Amino acid sequence: MNNNNNKIIEVRNLVKRFGNFVANDNLSFDVYKGEIFGFLGANGAGKTTAIKILSGLSYPSSGKIMVAGYDVYKQRNKIKRSIGYMSQKFSLYEDLTVRENIHFYAGIYGLPFKQIQNRTNELIEELGIQEMANKMIADLPLGWRQKLAFSVAIFHKPKIVFLDEPTSGVDPITRRQFWDMIYRSAEKGITVFVTTHYMDEAEYCDRVSIMVDGKIEALDTPTKLKENFGVNLIEDVFIKLARK
Amino acid sequence: MNCIELNNINKSFGTIKALADINLNIKKSEFFGLIGPDGAGKTTLIRIITTLLIPDNGKVFINGISAFKNFKQMRKIIGYMPGKFSLYQDLSVEENLQFFATVFGTTIHENYHLIEDIYVRLEPFKNRRAGALSGGMKQKLALCCALIHKPEFLILDEPTTGVDAVSRQEFWEMLNRLKKEGITIVVSTPYMNEANQCDRVALIQKGKILQTDTPENIVASYSKKLYSLKSDKLYESYKLLEKFDKLSAVHLFGQELHLSTNNNQDTTKIVREFLDKHKIEVKISEIKPIIEDCFMDLMLNDE
Repeated sequence: MNNNNNKIIEVRNLVKRFGNFVANDNLSFDVYKGEIFGFLGANGAGKTTAIKILSGLSYPSSGKIMVAGYDVYKQRNKIKRSIGYMSQKFSLYEDLTVRENIHFYAGIYGLPFKQIQNRTNELIEELGIQEMANKMIADLPLGWRQKLAFSVAIFHKPKIVFLDEPTSGVDPITRRQFWDMIYRSAEKGITVFVTTHYMDEAEYCDRVSIMVDGKIEALDTPTKLKENFGVNLIEDVFIKLARK
Repeated sequence: MNCIELNNINKSFGTIKALADINLNIKKSEFFGLIGPDGAGKTTLIRIITTLLIPDNGKVFINGISAFKNFKQMRKIIGYMPGKFSLYQDLSVEENLQFFATVFGTTIHENYHLIEDIYVRLEPFKNRRAGALSGGMKQKLALCCALIHKPEFLILDEPTTGVDAVSRQEFWEMLNRLKKEGITIVVSTPYMNEANQCDRVALIQKGKILQTDTPENIVASYSKKLYSLKSDKLYESYKLLEKFDKLSAVHLFGQELHLSTNNNQDTTKIVREFLDKHKIEVKISEIKPIIEDCFMDLMLNDE
């Protein structure tokens, strides 16, 4: 799968400075189509800065970066249309119903009304939440909220979805249902770019990068990372790198 | 000796039952963990223990004294670190600490030995406004402020949530040093593997305590047989095994599956034969459960 034609994110020498502070220090990496890519790092390592650049929300200071075939300097609007985004902190409008939230997001991405209606019904059925469809998001259990937020983030069939700590605080069974959804969308060809503080979740990813102080210090499959560092858990790899 | 005792605690918010019949005994100098996901009732329980919230019914005794009637007395011996950063953002690091010391009628100097380890790392920033600190630094300052009156009890609500793995480990190391000072510590966390840092834990889900014991005993009391399965076609195996009725549960576990069974069957053989029909080769071995296996098992039994 890892041939050049399949690159969906291409980052070469990405540098981002804020005054004298270098938040992203010469990052170079590729992400492939349909891959589940784990983007790990300590708080303040520069993950959010990099995600903002990759999702077309901020400009890099220098470097060549292509996302979904578009240039982050010149084609930011095209990038925004090609990606989905979900965060733990804010994902859905609490005072809108399930149905209204789906309509709202799909509308923003400019899907035709007829299509939105049909697909909304399909989605509600797929998630098995018919009886919750007209409830406010505020009344939904957290687990359902996160599953719905993910479905909404990929509703417009983006090429890449960015997930920023999507499972924080979610119970272990719902967390697994969430990963099952991630696997299913990756099988459909959606690339998943995910951050998490649960180190065991890194093991669900095809490849994992670990950022320390603005640099990517390791990038490989979870198995190879553990082998290379001679440890049994990704958590130990992370601690070895971040505590250096 | 039990120094925190909760008897039949119930608490509802409107129609939502946040806590149902909670009974809990925490011993002196114990390091006690409340383990559960968001919405389990951890924060409500902590607010009740810290006398900030009155339950609908049930009793709380701290050092044998009824906590709510004597809440002023209780607050002198409790140090509380809420889940949300609650210090004064526009005061400096030093001013915040000074403030909390004064409110509790003490001085930074008097109890400095308790916070010294932690505070030395904050000291270079002592003139910085608390609001301008990094997440890890805020957390350390909040801990110092909770400790400055030398409490008998330190109660922390999700101190490690959203914090990276390294800072989490450092935080647990700090708490372990405080335990050696004889402070009774109650800490909540959604990270199941952090249960192993505690002397005893209560596993909490949907307002109920599923089990209370030492992490070792919880793992030892797991009643099923548990297997790890590895395969190049892991997700495909998972989808097939989900529908395979000879197992009680199948869970994704990173690059493995965990299979559990009640039966005295040769699970290795049965699963291998089943997947062989789909031309999938697997490695299966019996394993010991971790807290997360136990938590999921208890959750499913409870439903």
